[in-house]
Amino acid sequence: MGLTIHLQFSGGMELLFNNEKEKTVTLPDTFTPALATLKDLLPWMRDNLLSERAELFMQGDTVRPGILVLINDADWELEGELEYVLKDDDTIVFISTLHGG
Amino acid sequence: MSVDALKAEIEALKKENEALKAAARRDEEPKVLSPNGTIFDLPSVREWTHKESLDNDEISRFSRQLLMREIGVQGQLKLRNTTVLVVGAGGLGAPAVMYLAAAGIGRLGIVDYDPVEASNLQRQIVHDETRVGMMKAESAKATVNRLSSFCDCIAYNTLIESSNAMDIIRPWDIVVDATDNVATRYLLNDACVLAGKPLVSGSALRMDGQLTVYNHAGGPCYRCIFPAPPPPETVTNCSDGGVLGVVPGIIGCLQALEVIKIASGLGTSFSQKMLLFDATSGAFRTIKLRGQSPTCAICGKNPTITDLIDYVQFCGAAPTDKTPAQTLLPDDERSTCREYSSVRMGAWPHLLLDVRETVQFNICSLPNSLNVPLKDLERRLTDVEQAARQAAALESSAIAIAKDALPIYVVCRRGNDSQVAVQLLRQHGFLQAKDIAGGLERWASEIDPDFPTY
Repeated sequence: MGLTIHLQFSGGMELLFNNEKEKTVTLPDTFTPALATLKDLLPWMRDNLLSERAELFMQGDTVRPGILVLINDADWELEGELEYVLKDDDTIVFISTLHGG
Repeated sequence: MSVDALKAEIEALKKENEALKAAARRDEEPKVLSPNGTIFDLPSVREWTHKESLDNDEISRFSRQLLMREIGVQGQLKLRNTTVLVVGAGGLGAPAVMYLAAAGIGRLGIVDYDPVEASNLQRQIVHDETRVGMMKAESAKATVNRLSSFCDCIAYNTLIESSNAMDIIRPWDIVVDATDNVATRYLLNDACVLAGKPLVSGSALRMDGQLTVYNHAGGPCYRCIFPAPPPPETVTNCSDGGVLGVVPGIIGCLQALEVIKIASGLGTSFSQKMLLFDATSGAFRTIKLRGQSPTCAICGKNPTITDLIDYVQFCGAAPTDKTPAQTLLPDDERSTCREYSSVRMGAWPHLLLDVRETVQFNICSLPNSLNVPLKDLERRLTDVEQAARQAAALESSAIAIAKDALPIYVVCRRGNDSQVAVQLLRQHGFLQAKDIAGGLERWASEIDPDFPTY
């Protein structure tokens, strides 16, 4: 069995992912446990889950500016960002920052 | 009155006029040019005199807070001695200024350069129907003045920008970011870092709200968290995306709460933290953010920004929540509302394709239009072709019309998306596709005054 990851979307990010705020995915075997990182997850999400234009989600190999990423409730900067090694049952949250008022 | 008496009076008035003009010239306050070209004076803000104790009127007025252990006399006195600047008198600023004034904040500044519009009143409850057309800062000040004579309220009817931000912010203790656009958010952050002020920042859209206190108690600033601005096309404003009025209301109330906690000495709960409010599920969630960044361009160890910059250029977007008109198509691929009106009057066969989101289409639409939202257009081109053939065939049923000759007019709300749609249609061989410049908003203003605008 592949890695199971819980994805959550907030602040309008869900509009890019079929308007689903939570989604649990089982990653294919190409994701090697103890090796696969967020850097692998993002393009997989883009190719398999994204329902809108890719540039609204990614820029280069990372998320576009204005998206906060949390790994198990902590700012991903504290976890190594793209180099973070995925673990079974991780929760990854994508938050689009709001500017309206 | 005799002619001589009148002449004498005119002379006296002339002298008085000269004296007043000279006095005005001596009063050298910075002048500010608003976007519509009106010159506003920044109000002069004298030093705020602190009080040592509450008087009897203040004791009875704020008794419910004096009774609280968390506030008490000392806390209330601190509120009285604190000055708070609220930037933006919109959905966030409306409840924020009212609760701050009601709670006994001694001096309140309100910055806004927009007039009140009817579409604001669903959420901007500091204004009302009698204030439509009035400057928002003035309207909010009028409400504050009616609410409390204990609050010294100062209105800034001006666009805050790099040239005036430091002058505006300097006299205030705490700044509230209740704005509606990316450029002003970066501007306020940088100005608050340079001036050493805490920034209580809120935002809202649709059913979501967010709240963070920046540049306070060793926590990060906005740039530490968001070093680069979002691409402009990924930013949705309230006038396009919509917002449920009470959502910014809740965030604005929380901003007032955090200001009161900072001012009274209780301390904020949201430094290095972000509150996420999801109105759909009723969930409040607080996430921990990264700390102050040593490499931050403005508050880091070696800042590269030591003075306010050009934020419109930095963000690639104007300091407004209005959507600017774009020109993507050459003139011969566009039609004016008048031209299209004569197409309808003459009953010339054509397809009217409306590329707005379906929620907008449901508000109002022109009769006999086909709704295909822009984001679905590419995969629904066969629907468009079929509908266009049907429309064209009404006149010439026997003749098979070539795809590149199908008459298609594309409309949207303002005439921006319709141009993108025409580009897409032409790429796919619909060479007669044209958009209607200015969209349904211009249709309402030029052709049909009974057509609704939103």
